[in-house]
Amino acid sequence: MELLLIIVLGLLYAGGVYFILRRSMVKLLLGIMLLGSATNILIFVLGSIVKGSPPVIDADHDTFSGIYADPVPQALILTAIVISFALTAFAIVLLKRVYALVQTDDLDNLNTPEEEDI
Amino acid sequence: MRSIILQTATRYLLPILLLFSIFLLLRGHYYPGGGFVGGLVASIAFVLHSFTNGTDATMKLLGRKPLSLIPIGLGISAFSVILPLFFGLPPMTGLWVQEKFPLIGLIGSSLFFDIGVYLVVIGVVLTILFTISLTDD
Amino acid sequence: MLFTILSGLIVSLLLLPFGRMLKSKQRILLVVLPAALFLFYLQYIPAVSSGRFLLQSTPWIPSLATNLDFRLDGLSLLFALLITGIGTAIFFYARAYLKDHPYFNRFFGYLCLFMSAMLGIVLADNIFLLFVFWELTSISSFFLIGFNNNDPASRKSAITALTITGMGGFFLLAGLILLGNISGTYTISELIHSRNIIIHHPLYPLVLGLLCMGAFTKSAQFPFHFWLPGAMKAPTPVSAYLHSATMVKAGIYLLARFNPILGGTDLWSNTLMIAGGFTMLYAAFHSLLRTDLKSILAYSTISALGILTFLIGLGTREAVIAASVFILVHALYKATLFLVTGIIDHEAHTRDITRLAGLRKVLLPVAIAGLLAAISSAGVPLTFGFIGKDLIYEATLHAGASLSFILTALAIATNTGLVAAGFMAGIKPFSGKLPVEFEKIHLPSASLWLPPLILAVAGLIFGCIPGIAGQLFSLQAANAIFGSDTQLHLKLWHGFNLVLLLSLATLAAGTFLYYINKPSGKKQHFIQKFNPLSPEFALNRFANGIFGFSTWYTGKFHNGYLRSYHLKILLFAEMLLAYKLWLSGPIKIDFYGLAMLSIYEIAVVVILIGALVMMILTQSRLTAVVSMSIIGYCTCLMFVFYSAPDLAMTQFTIDTLTTVLFVLVLYKLPPFLNLATTWERYRDIAVSLGFGVILSLVALQVHHEAISTQTSEFYANNSYILAKGKNVVNVILVDFRGIDTMFETVVLSIAAIGVYSLLRLRLKTSEKE
Repeated sequence: MELLLIIVLGLLYAGGVYFILRRSMVKLLLGIMLLGSATNILIFVLGSIVKGSPPVIDADHDTFSGIYADPVPQALILTAIVISFALTAFAIVLLKRVYALVQTDDLDNLNTPEEEDI
Repeated sequence: MRSIILQTATRYLLPILLLFSIFLLLRGHYYPGGGFVGGLVASIAFVLHSFTNGTDATMKLLGRKPLSLIPIGLGISAFSVILPLFFGLPPMTGLWVQEKFPLIGLIGSSLFFDIGVYLVVIGVVLTILFTISLTDD
Repeated sequence: MLFTILSGLIVSLLLLPFGRMLKSKQRILLVVLPAALFLFYLQYIPAVSSGRFLLQSTPWIPSLATNLDFRLDGLSLLFALLITGIGTAIFFYARAYLKDHPYFNRFFGYLCLFMSAMLGIVLADNIFLLFVFWELTSISSFFLIGFNNNDPASRKSAITALTITGMGGFFLLAGLILLGNISGTYTISELIHSRNIIIHHPLYPLVLGLLCMGAFTKSAQFPFHFWLPGAMKAPTPVSAYLHSATMVKAGIYLLARFNPILGGTDLWSNTLMIAGGFTMLYAAFHSLLRTDLKSILAYSTISALGILTFLIGLGTREAVIAASVFILVHALYKATLFLVTGIIDHEAHTRDITRLAGLRKVLLPVAIAGLLAAISSAGVPLTFGFIGKDLIYEATLHAGASLSFILTALAIATNTGLVAAGFMAGIKPFSGKLPVEFEKIHLPSASLWLPPLILAVAGLIFGCIPGIAGQLFSLQAANAIFGSDTQLHLKLWHGFNLVLLLSLATLAAGTFLYYINKPSGKKQHFIQKFNPLSPEFALNRFANGIFGFSTWYTGKFHNGYLRSYHLKILLFAEMLLAYKLWLSGPIKIDFYGLAMLSIYEIAVVVILIGALVMMILTQSRLTAVVSMSIIGYCTCLMFVFYSAPDLAMTQFTIDTLTTVLFVLVLYKLPPFLNLATTWERYRDIAVSLGFGVILSLVALQVHHEAISTQTSEFYANNSYILAKGKNVVNVILVDFRGIDTMFETVVLSIAAIGVYSLLRLRLKTSEKE
């Protein structure tokens, strides 16, 4: 099971890195998002992975009796997912502003910004 | 995106989704769910509404700017953090009402914390999306 | 003693904000500080000259053996009096010299700081304290030398001076720490007791070398001498102060202070005598070829410092006596000459010795001061300089059978040069016929000519009563340098002997040299041909090399393209991770786990990979966004499979919202362009696959190591008991780590406000247009 997730995270990392090496701003943003999900899975893999035993205590027990999924990575990832949404939203809006200013998606055209309206 | 079917569906979906989001929020302490997911589901409900009826209609429905939900939510969370100070306990100590309520279970300060999170999430998501959809350049 | 240092620092601090409020009449108040300090130290003369010393200790950082320990003995007192006494003259003089300067307050701020730092050096009894003040003099002198900061040459000299003295400071610190470690004490007066341990320690040569580096850089010994002539770019009062009594003497003070601790060995003597001997002759020769008054003085100062280093290196009783007297002699006449030069520069607007002549007719008091200083530097009988010169010859003659001849010859050669240089600086501008262009010069106010005259007359008085002057100032200083009683007793008249003969011969030769040596631009030009051999040239080459290297480096690695930064950073990270993986040995892969996979999981992974490939290949923005959300939903399903319902729900909703967000913003943008060449594409594919593989391997490696599950177990076991919740993930978020979540919501709010202001507030400003 872990092996499968590990392959997935490797592919996501490769895709993310490929995207941040491109010239397009949108691709840069997509790349950052891919790297984010890859990292989420990496954190997930580092906990103990089990099937069908969420970290929720049975209604009639006070503690866990059997095995359970590691709750700490889950709490971390949950936070990370929500924060990455805020990051994406902010980046998208920045991108929108930049596009409105320079009318291009090409990062190389940002090196010499126009004098006015910055 | 004005389609009759979607509009009709939304009319029923909005209250259902909102109820579902509150359900998720309240049961979060015992089953999967919680403030984050609840808030996100509620935001999706409003976003759906804005898609079918226009953002202005949704704003009217909300009755206030979504930005104003953020300080309210943060205030509720912060209040639940400092509430134990008034009982001479360190901040963030869980305080609980002794009797169980039907459906919800025990009510404690962490539920208020979650409600704060819920409101902040709705405020943040709707602020972002509505600001974008209302700005056109 | 602490307050004498602090007072300067406090005045310096106050001057920067409030200095501008001082009216020019009130500025005389500034002179009160050095004058009061001078009087304060004068009162210790009776006590100290009878052999007592004063200690003061205030705890500072006792755990690091760094305390505010101060000690006032003969050597410290001599220097403290020079610093405050000549300081008083300089303050008085500078007040008039920089009367209308816009940065008057700044100048005096730096000057007070510098004076305090110098006092700190000579009074400190703790080696770290000494170092702190040592560095403080480097820094404050940097500001003083570069005071005319709109002149590029001035800035350059300031940086050169800081580089050289700062570098010396590093060496000094290393040397002092070593010294402290060897002897086990950081108090200078206690180090003397460990002398035997230190000089027999295997690290002794290193300590000595490091300490000498510190002293030689500060005291401008060859090959570090070149910062001093450059430092002449400073306003003249600064040159007078820094190069007569203070800054450059700090190195001499250091050598003198450590002479009883490290001295007396062949290594010590040879190092100091070779460096000092070469410097004194080299600089005396150079001073004869200059035409700029300040340059002449600068080189003659270097030469005098060479003499002092040489004498301390010689280390005999006579040499130490000579050094202790010569410090005072040199400070008096050199300060005078600098101040005289300053007046000439101020009034005639030139320092070129080939143009200056006959100024005695218009600047009589200045001419008297210049003459007195020149004859003192030449060692004419009845001046203090005569006593100093006698003692130097006495020292070289008693140096030992084999050496005395060479050393005496060396001293005669140097002194002949110095006599001529002194005449050139102190007499030449005033003698001869007054050129027409200088006829309109008026005598400036007494604030300018009084200080040099007083200093010059002091030199004359000390020369007439050498016994008393020696008893008061030099006896205990010499004892402190020598480490035991030197029985110093200065006499005006030694009778007809070899020393007197040599002294008179030097005077005659120097006068002769002064008459035949006509400084001219031609000679200076000739000297410049040897520049490629000078250490200054080497330093410049070195600095240019560094500059060239950094330009090349910046051009190579900082080209302004984000993706090329990414590429370099990622490649470097890959290399580091790969190296670490290689070190950690073989990786075990558990293939048995694959057998437990269900068809759903495999299907989800296949879809995910398909979406990823599609995302990379597509030209359409919308397709890319949709692929992105497919990847998100697949991740969400993974969370479902592997027991993370909360994550699955969050991922699902967030993914939906992100897609909405993208669609809202990006539907208008044009499709992707194919901007990269095929080669770049393959390179990037290789880099990214490499990164993916390495990260996978890291994950595998980590997964096979035992992870502490204490935290997870604590949360799981106490979730219901302590927090009354059964969904552990939610309990962690809202209870155990509630404050973290609180701040997370704050971050979310900031993002929302950012988006809102970025779009809304922008719109309002554009509406105005």
